[in-house]
Amino acid sequence: MHEQSDKSYRELANEALGDERLHSAIRMIQDRIGKGTRHLWKTEISQELRDKAKKARMRTLDNLDKVLTTLTEKIRANGGHVYFAKTAEDARNYCLKVAQKNEVKRVVKGKSMTSAEIGVDHLLEAHDIEVVETDLGEFIIQLAHDAPSHIIAPCIHMDKQQIGRLFEKELGIPYSEDPPTLTKAARKALREKLLSADMGISGCNLACAETGHISLVSNEGNIRMSTTMPKVHVALMGMERVIATLAEHDMLLRLLTRGAAAQKISTYVSFLGGPRQPGEPDGPEEFHLVIIDNGRMKMLADPRFREVLSCIRCGSCLNICPVYGRIGGHAYNAPYPGPIGAVVMPLFNGVNKHADLCRGESLCGACKDICPVNNDLPRMLSELRHMLAYGDEQWDVAPVDKGEALAFKGWYAAMSSRTAYNLLVKTGRLAQAPFVSDGMLKKGIGPLGKWTADRDFPPIARQTFGERWKTVHAPRLKGDSNE
Amino acid sequence: MTKHTATLFIQCLVDSLKPEIGDAMVHVLDTLGVSMVYPENQTCCGQPAFNSGYRREATKAARRFIDIFENHNAIVCPSGSCVHMVRHHYLDLFRDEPAMLARARKVAANTYEFTEYLVDVLGVTDPGSQLNSRFDGSVTYHDSCHLSRGLGIRSQPRLLLENIPGLSLIEMDESDRCCGFGGTFSVKYPEISTAMVDDKIQTILATGADAVAGCDVSCLMNIEGRLSRIDSPVRALHIAEILANTGK
Ligand code: SF4
Repeated sequence: MHEQSDKSYRELANEALGDERLHSAIRMIQDRIGKGTRHLWKTEISQELRDKAKKARMRTLDNLDKVLTTLTEKIRANGGHVYFAKTAEDARNYCLKVAQKNEVKRVVKGKSMTSAEIGVDHLLEAHDIEVVETDLGEFIIQLAHDAPSHIIAPCIHMDKQQIGRLFEKELGIPYSEDPPTLTKAARKALREKLLSADMGISGCNLACAETGHISLVSNEGNIRMSTTMPKVHVALMGMERVIATLAEHDMLLRLLTRGAAAQKISTYVSFLGGPRQPGEPDGPEEFHLVIIDNGRMKMLADPRFREVLSCIRCGSCLNICPVYGRIGGHAYNAPYPGPIGAVVMPLFNGVNKHADLCRGESLCGACKDICPVNNDLPRMLSELRHMLAYGDEQWDVAPVDKGEALAFKGWYAAMSSRTAYNLLVKTGRLAQAPFVSDGMLKKGIGPLGKWTADRDFPPIARQTFGERWKTVHAPRLKGDSNE
Repeated sequence: MTKHTATLFIQCLVDSLKPEIGDAMVHVLDTLGVSMVYPENQTCCGQPAFNSGYRREATKAARRFIDIFENHNAIVCPSGSCVHMVRHHYLDLFRDEPAMLARARKVAANTYEFTEYLVDVLGVTDPGSQLNSRFDGSVTYHDSCHLSRGLGIRSQPRLLLENIPGLSLIEMDESDRCCGFGGTFSVKYPEISTAMVDDKIQTILATGADAVAGCDVSCLMNIEGRLSRIDSPVRALHIAEILANTGK
């Protein structure tokens, strides 16, 4: 479920900036999980292992067609169905078709960002099929008609008082802000839905071609129930989610749980991949794996962005990003928030449409540092900005800001010779005079206008270093060496 | 000891806004007996344009920089992010131009950040005796992103600070968390940037230090600008100023 907002990145970011509660909630996640993961990278998991994992990911991507064929064959041999969806629309229509064929009235969903990416809920609901989120966080979000704000902690932006009031209104229980009481109430509501659902939809954290299984990690266990109790299970996966061998799968699973929650292993890890076999006590009668392209082939084909498909959606980059730390997930207004969202959303949905995501990061590199598979997100952000600067045919990008383009032309003109540069400095020195007080610029001119709303800026010095070199240093140093 | 010669690469912000940092650097190198060369036609390495996506303009600036500096051996700069630009991004800018790439590689290999040059090349370990440095007070150190993550320079500035008589170094929490400057990011999204610098300032103030030191004037300018606006007595100092005893 993802409710889009009509507001701009800037508006949403500014709203979040004023929200101290949100700030401290995210800060807590970043402090606990982000720091925990960094600690594991320094102690238990070596950089060599992460490099090796990245190599394995890239090798799989280089042979993606073959690896996906193997996965498909294995799943089919186990009695499962596999469907390749070119677009988000194909994928959601397929889900609807499966639901209609099985006369499904109620769908229970395990946490899945891919389902938000393709927007399957709205389509099912439009056909009178009830869709219930079973992940506690997603369930809360669904009750509140809100959108998730973190990859692994979807409702980190809400506190227990808000959840208490929500449950009072939506579930009809007496107000409580006691987490166990609230959890119990949610569990009761969910159990009823789980028991009566005809179809389960899940995502897929990793898929292993060698064995023909998909893996789901969770800390609640509800995913298990939505994939085994209903008679039909549909798993959604981005086509890059596949891992070639079981050994590589093991390595990446270790990195995934450590990256996501600084855990050695999550509470539940399910390996699935087909309908119930004779003699098995549970499992669905029908299993479908939907392998989704939705723009991934295009990323795969572009050497600048192929690397982004090595992402295992662990959410680590959110747990360290200082921008995300301040603006939270909603400001990104996209199914994938944070640094990874800032790179993939423009590629999925249009670079111009998400220009603010490409530009609204400080390129500090922390996300690259923490990423278990060394995704160079800052490099890719810089490539996206490059497209926005001049336009890009391949990705259908229009130049984003004519004024800025002109300013950088002017900037280079001023930097192209020391004479021009000196002239710029001199002009600036004259222009700034009325704005300087106590040795600082308190009100900015030109591009500094907004900068100085909350910060002072040092004025241009009376002499540049270049001038000081000529008048002070060069004569003195020459004198020294003459002595 | 062989006589060292350093070519000064003075970042444009130091040149026009904080020339005293350049002065301090000259003083330090001079005290160590290093002779200096300053190519007077230098302007900017191209970083602002590159980070904003304007690679054509950045490439022109990079070409110009290479023309000016390619025949110099130790190019020393008081700014980690500019060194990062030269050392890493120039190679990206010229990835499809083999001849330029070779020239860029040579310049990249010869470019040093100031503390890296002091410690790794000149072997400075004891600023007290080698430079007569002294600082009475406590200092906390901010790891600039491009310096620490991009260039891996974390120990050199700390080694220098720790050995300045009178100075006590107090580490802040998450010293390598971005201060929110990010070049034009802070101009385009000033509100987010201010919120980030506030996080940084909180960790600085929590140490109780008298000053925050760094090796990158852009971050220092951002931090200083906010400290000044909230009327904090904590000063933001470039490490060159501390080493040269001009950051009192
Ligand atoms: S980019 Fe890296 S850190 Fe971010 S979600 Fe993907 S794998 Fe995790």
